[in-house]
Amino acid sequence: MSDPNREDDAAAKARKGRNIAIALGLVAFVILVYVVTVVRMGGSVANRPF
Amino acid sequence: MAMATAQSNPRAIARWQDFLQLLKPRVMSLVIFTALTGLVCAPDRINPILAAVAVLCIAVGAGASASLNMWYDADIDAKMRRTRGRPVPAGRVQGADALALGVVLSLFSVMLMGMALNWFAAGLLAFTIVFYAVVYTMWLKRWTAQNIVIGGLAGALPPVIGWAAATGGAPLNAWLLCAIIFMWTPPHFWALSLYTSEDYAKAGVPMMPVVKGASSTRLQILVYSLLLIPVCVAPAFTGLGGAGYLAVSGLGGLVFLLLAWRLYRSHAGEAADPRNDDGLYHVRAGARDARNLFAFSILYLALLFATLLAEHLMGARPLELFR
Repeated sequence: MSDPNREDDAAAKARKGRNIAIALGLVAFVILVYVVTVVRMGGSVANRPF
Repeated sequence: MAMATAQSNPRAIARWQDFLQLLKPRVMSLVIFTALTGLVCAPDRINPILAAVAVLCIAVGAGASASLNMWYDADIDAKMRRTRGRPVPAGRVQGADALALGVVLSLFSVMLMGMALNWFAAGLLAFTIVFYAVVYTMWLKRWTAQNIVIGGLAGALPPVIGWAAATGGAPLNAWLLCAIIFMWTPPHFWALSLYTSEDYAKAGVPMMPVVKGASSTRLQILVYSLLLIPVCVAPAFTGLGGAGYLAVSGLGGLVFLLLAWRLYRSHAGEAADPRNDDGLYHVRAGARDARNLFAFSILYLALLFATLLAEHLMGARPLELFR
């Protein structure tokens, strides 16, 4: 029989890996949208009516 | 089907690498290569950051459609030796999770392409994803022996999307790049299926050798090869390729035709007669001919696109023979 605690450890490790991957993906997406916005708007970023 | 497989294996733990595998990274790398070629060959120059975003969107879109394909085809994948280790049939990832990943990445890639580049390129990307996931995966693949001929359009569109991302349009030369991959797909996949047709038959996928037989498949490979080579050489006459491209496409095309002819004359894909040792020898020799064409087809396509990419990056003069 396999050790249930060991299996939980493996599951927790896999979940942690997935969570980190999602976090990195989201951070990368936010940075990407920010950079694309700056590139698309160029110098006009600060030159607009409020 | 896929969910049942995953649920029957409750100990399976999905790691992030399994989700990455759903995106078929090797296919993604090919898509990146062809999309980049389309983008670089386009006459308009765009900001390098936006160009990188365009290629990223196309790659993620390709990955999304691969994930949708793995969700829907889990039952077929489980029956084939080549695909049974994939995350969904192996039970490491739930089918619903593969579906969710595919839908979310599709939406993200299309929306980002539209906002960062233009909505024409985004529309083409959305069309490609839907064509691969719905038209090819859900309909053509299980229904007709022409599945990879028509479905090949999805794999052929990335250079057009790349071109459209740079210019907002898709002229004849962009569609010529698409035509090269489109015409290349049948001889490439049918050569592979000639020595893996047992797997496809077991899974009930109507690949050409399973439906029409090996002899008809070898003839069709030869016919498509004869049609492919003029299409591959054409960019040298339309202002897209230079002298190097003409040499690579012409000489490579001759080798392609030679290998297709050898395959046509072989016994590849046929069942060996166990009473006859010679028959077995011919079939094995034929499988080698099929493998040779399959391997060379990959090299030929890679060389064509690499030459175009190199010529445009180095600013080589296109031939424009008909202009």
